[in-house]
Amino acid sequence: MANRTDRIAPSDILLFSTQRNEGVRLPYFLQYYRDMGVNHFFFVDNDSTDGSLDYLARQDDVSVWTTRASYKRARFGVDWLNWLQMRYAHGHWTLVVDPDELFLYPFCDTRPLRALTDWLDASSIKSFSAMLLDMYPKGRIDAEPYRPGQNPIEIASWFDAGNYTIKKNPKFGNLWIQGGPRARMFFADQPERAPALNKIPLVKWDRRYAYVSSTHNLLPRGLNLVYDEWGGEKASGVLLHTKFLDTFSIKAQEELERKQHYAGSKEYLAYAAGIRDNPDLWCKWSEKYINWRQLEILGLMSKGNWA
Amino acid sequence: MSVGIVMLVHTALGRAEQVARHWTRAGCPVVIHVDKSVSRKVYEGFVQSVSDVPEILFSRRHRCEWGTWGLVAASQDASEMMLANFPDVRHVYLASGSCLPLRPVQELIDYLADRPRTDFIESATTADVPWTVGGLDHERFTMRFPFSWRKNRYLFDRFVEFQRKIGYRRRVPKGVVPHMGSQWWCLTRQTLSAILQDPERTRYDAYFRHVWIPDESYFQTLSRLYSTNIESRSLTLSKFDFQGKPHIFYDDHLQLLRRSDCFVARKIWPHAERLYQAFLTDPDGAMSRQEPNPGKIDRIFAKAVDRRTRGRAGLYMQSRYPNPGWENGVTAAKYSVFQGFSELFQDFEAWLARATGAQVHGHLFAPERAEFAGGQTIINGALPDTALLRDANPRAFLTNLLWNTRGERQCFQFGPRDNVKINRQIAEDPNAQVSVITGAWAVPLFKSNANFADIRAEAAALQKIESKMLDELRSPYSKARIRIWTMAEFIESPMEPLQVIIDEIGHKSLRRLAEAPLMEDLTGFGQFLQNLKNQGMHPYLMGDFPVDPIPKLHGARPRKPYLVKK
Repeated sequence: MANRTDRIAPSDILLFSTQRNEGVRLPYFLQYYRDMGVNHFFFVDNDSTDGSLDYLARQDDVSVWTTRASYKRARFGVDWLNWLQMRYAHGHWTLVVDPDELFLYPFCDTRPLRALTDWLDASSIKSFSAMLLDMYPKGRIDAEPYRPGQNPIEIASWFDAGNYTIKKNPKFGNLWIQGGPRARMFFADQPERAPALNKIPLVKWDRRYAYVSSTHNLLPRGLNLVYDEWGGEKASGVLLHTKFLDTFSIKAQEELERKQHYAGSKEYLAYAAGIRDNPDLWCKWSEKYINWRQLEILGLMSKGNWA
Repeated sequence: MSVGIVMLVHTALGRAEQVARHWTRAGCPVVIHVDKSVSRKVYEGFVQSVSDVPEILFSRRHRCEWGTWGLVAASQDASEMMLANFPDVRHVYLASGSCLPLRPVQELIDYLADRPRTDFIESATTADVPWTVGGLDHERFTMRFPFSWRKNRYLFDRFVEFQRKIGYRRRVPKGVVPHMGSQWWCLTRQTLSAILQDPERTRYDAYFRHVWIPDESYFQTLSRLYSTNIESRSLTLSKFDFQGKPHIFYDDHLQLLRRSDCFVARKIWPHAERLYQAFLTDPDGAMSRQEPNPGKIDRIFAKAVDRRTRGRAGLYMQSRYPNPGWENGVTAAKYSVFQGFSELFQDFEAWLARATGAQVHGHLFAPERAEFAGGQTIINGALPDTALLRDANPRAFLTNLLWNTRGERQCFQFGPRDNVKINRQIAEDPNAQVSVITGAWAVPLFKSNANFADIRAEAAALQKIESKMLDELRSPYSKARIRIWTMAEFIESPMEPLQVIIDEIGHKSLRRLAEAPLMEDLTGFGQFLQNLKNQGMHPYLMGDFPVDPIPKLHGARPRKPYLVKK
């Protein structure tokens, strides 16, 4: 639709995303990552009908492709992005995030993203993990409508601080993290089905690399070793996941009808059921988001040896 | 008399130019060495850009790969050029392109003018330095290193191994005692020229050319031969991480650097606009006239290294998932596990909470749900009481609970009815304090109204499970503080063990326990055990109970539950 990749400089930081009818989120999303220091955006638009495709095509720093093909058949968008990354991202630091994910890294309030990538380069680190942290409002999810351009954290400002469980995935060497409000509310009776929260969104891309399932794990396996096994902490960030806004119920219904999601859309089935019964994810022990330092103290992310 | 700056540059030439101009403005001549890997075009552009400053010269270019001779050769050439072209220079300061002067240059000039014969170079014998990378300290002087550590690590390591095996040793030149230290030094003309004009220099150079990381040892060693007054420290503030890479300073370090009182800091991130602005523009950067003291910065970077190498005890997260045995603390804090107490005593949990002030949970691993203190269904960190979620990863459940509640002592009840998969992990955790009254699970059975056949089956099952739990606790791998009593032993004199346990929890009052928990009425318990025996089950974990009367019960008030008094 719009290919502006000729404007990419060799040291640019690139962002890749798939989107479908996320028009309401895009203005804030683009602004957030531009401020962080992302130089160019790549979108794969999956058959949007809300005008978001045109909106994206008008942005100077966005290249956008469109497809009507099945999200599911493309392994939930991974194949589309892998292809684009192979083609355009070789040698660049790349961030792969969804439109409802806001990336945080240590010192993100005082240092641009390039400070992080330069440091990672100097430390010979090729991949950087950022766990998905589900954010939710206090009260009903649809209580406060989200306006375009608004910081979604103003509404969904709460999270679960300490109910995450970790296992190692022997096949790819990545950690498999589950927990948070979705496990607690929607998957209490089938914990093993709860969605994976481990993500490795920031990678110094090489055309030989590939994401396997979403950004949960990569090949070659070495890229998944974003954790220290000898007691220390590697540096890591967080993806604030702002799925639970008023837009969610509609989305859940739609996704259920399209049946384009993982494991027979089990996740969305569980949501639909959960949403009907009790839409309040908030509990007495929910933590209100302040900044990355708070998340660091809580042990959700780490500065590692970056100081 | 003045200070001359030798500057080694390989990237961010714009910043190097900025700093070089800053030095010359204060009257310090600068000789710049640009790495040969910088393209000719870029290099010439750079030379051109500072051609308006006569005090900036460029020395012959060498290829400077980390850890190789190139860096020394570059320093030698540039220093010679400095000494030859600027006869007024008394001290030569070796800096890199990413160094930033923090205090007004005049202060450095004054400082050095007051110490005209002092050489500032960190220089220690190999036996005394803890910070060698790759574990090579003395060996870097006695082996050969034809393979690049960065690019060809495998061959580098194999070749070192090979030399170790065959016992290869190079001869260190006579009179030379290897010293090492920071590569950023400041030497007097006297010392520096003595090193550079030494008749033996070709011999030394030939030797050091094949030493590993010679830039950390060449001047550090040779200055020991000539200097009359070595002050073994670097004037350049430079912090290293656990891999020996320098820490980088960013805009948000501004206040920290202001307070550091150091003359020069490295390394500065090239895009740290605020730092360059603050330290290069105005001379009244408001640094006080004091001896350099990087101590304040030390703490912050030492902490970073500690976090990277040891991490936070008891934390399991996306970037910290230690292998078994490498946790530096399996759990975040000390905690107490009680087995059999809430069965033997009425209202034990409330009593324990009063006596210790700790948070006392019921059976956290009960089959129905996690019995959090105060009947809560969800607790710190939004940890829910759902049994299924907990049992999907009981270990994570426990470590999460202890991490979430750090600062508050946790106690919980445990027993053979619970999910006992966690038992082994508790036994192997030095933070756990485990107290077990064996066989006390029989008390609720004794009190229950169930059919005896069911009781018998249940008793047999529980005894089997508890017996296995005890084996785990008594295993040689156990690291917990473990105390085990049989029930008979315990009720013989309950107060003493209780006092010991409470003391170990280490809470507030040093008073002896005033109030004791109320013990269940055990009248007929001996007969109950005998009945089990008569049914062919053999209850043994509770110790010996005579059939009747039960031991140590006072005849006066046999029907009432009794209060244990000291």
